Amino acid sequence: MKILVAVKRVIDYNVKVRVKADQSDVDLANVKMALNPFCEIAVEEAVRLKEKGIADEVVVVSIGPKAVQEQLRTALALGADRAIQVETDDMPDSLAVAKILKGVVEKEEPQLVILGKQAIDSDNNQTGQMLGALTGMPQGTFASKVDMADGSVNVTREVDGGLQTVKLQLPAIVTTDLRLNEPRYASLPNIMKAKRKPLDVTTADELGVNVARTVKLLKVEPPAERSAGVKVADVAELVDKLKNEAKVL
Amino acid sequence: MSILVIAEHDNKELSPATLKTLAAAQAIGGDIDVLVAGEGCQAVADEVAKADGVSKVRLADNAVYGHFLAENLGTLVAELAKDYGHILAPATTTGKNFMPRVAALLDVAQVSDIIAVESADTFKRPIYAGNAIATVQSEDAIKVITVRATAFDAVAAEGGNASIEAVDTVIDNDKSEFVGEELAESERPDLTAARVVISGGRGMQNGENFHLLEKVADKLGAAVGASRAAVDAGFVPNDMQVGQTGKIVAPELYIAVGISGAIQHLAGMKDSKVIVAINKDEEAPIFQVADYGLVADLFDVLPELEQAL
Repeated sequence: MKILVAVKRVIDYNVKVRVKADQSDVDLANVKMALNPFCEIAVEEAVRLKEKGIADEVVVVSIGPKAVQEQLRTALALGADRAIQVETDDMPDSLAVAKILKGVVEKEEPQLVILGKQAIDSDNNQTGQMLGALTGMPQGTFASKVDMADGSVNVTREVDGGLQTVKLQLPAIVTTDLRLNEPRYASLPNIMKAKRKPLDVTTADELGVNVARTVKLLKVEPPAERSAGVKVADVAELVDKLKNEAKVL
Repeated sequence: MSILVIAEHDNKELSPATLKTLAAAQAIGGDIDVLVAGEGCQAVADEVAKADGVSKVRLADNAVYGHFLAENLGTLVAELAKDYGHILAPATTTGKNFMPRVAALLDVAQVSDIIAVESADTFKRPIYAGNAIATVQSEDAIKVITVRATAFDAVAAEGGNASIEAVDTVIDNDKSEFVGEELAESERPDLTAARVVISGGRGMQNGENFHLLEKVADKLGAAVGASRAAVDAGFVPNDMQVGQTGKIVAPELYIAVGISGAIQHLAGMKDSKVIVAINKDEEAPIFQVADYGLVADLFDVLPELEQAL
């Protein structure tokens, strides 16, 4: 069984983002970039399925300028077998990404596609579901457990009320939540090995996808800042302040 | 153009998030229809019909919608969408699950998690875990939008008198099926709707110690939440997580106990009106957003607080 994992290059989650002075976007110049944490979980899950003998090939794909090859190499170091970069000038929106992935799915014919549930930059939480609609594949989003069976997969999903389990016929789409697994660190020998693994480059044009955006970014502002308040000495003072100053009790 | 709002419910009761999504729809302006899709959900439709500002309720009552499977719901909404200029749903795990499918089927983008309506085509939404706020303008003919419910004040639940019309479209699929669910049962108010929320973090040390929080919560009529660290450590289940990837809350009073205040957590609670932080580490980042900070051992403070309330 072949698994396709889609990964995104994003700002490192430890970096505090700053908005540009002209409010055109956040400032990503000279900022540390990394594999989106949810995508890392997706790669880990695929690699574990391969280690269990359930999958026999893990293919990773990323979309964007040449720099995304760095994240593809990271995924290869974590255990993926080969990589595909779909080259675009900028980072396309979720719908264009889903259309591109549909093209890759048609070519690769994976039985399972695993994606992160959202990227920590745009926080959209859309791509996996859109790919589901475009390909007609069923989806198990926000997965905390993936149980493969013959021809199907049971996905336990983290939902607002607790947990929900759905059974999906393969081929299917899974998007990862935080507690699906704890990704490993790439070892140095694996990082070296990853440099020799195959990485193919294609383009959105070759896949026949128009990446023009229909949602324009007009402005990016910093959020309203909360300033630190006061320290209280003890519980009595706290309760007094909440009753008489904040009037919330 | 009119607006279609997709109701969030459990087949019995309407979720308050729907009334807040209706407020976002009113800010956009236009006739508002509400789709209630589910199984045995007539009572929900009756409830929606009474909500302020609803023109028409469209009721799709069929077993195929009973568990809100995205494959069925997404296709149903996409079929109904052609009569509307905007499709809105709350950004809950249900809305997040099926709405992008609606957008893709209509070949339009989705605007996720809006926190403000600037005009009928321009919206504000948080990006980078709320560390930046983007203003975006959609050029799509049908605008598919999920709404961050905590950013809008609910419309009145009573006073309206909308008609209810049955939708006969039945969309089923043979590729996905509901197997089961484990839903948390709680006597306490829902996290996202509670007036007061008290949350515990890694500092709680284990799941049993959450009883200390629950005792205070009972005095305050509060919901109990947790940080990602506490959920990851297995102290409490995932439905209690407050944060960027958990639940977004904005209560009148938020009490963070033994929570350091990672960006991830702050993204889920920093729009609360009053924030109290209790932590023995006075350098904890949570104090930078707290209106009232108490540097002390939570195991001393919680019993005292319970007594004082």
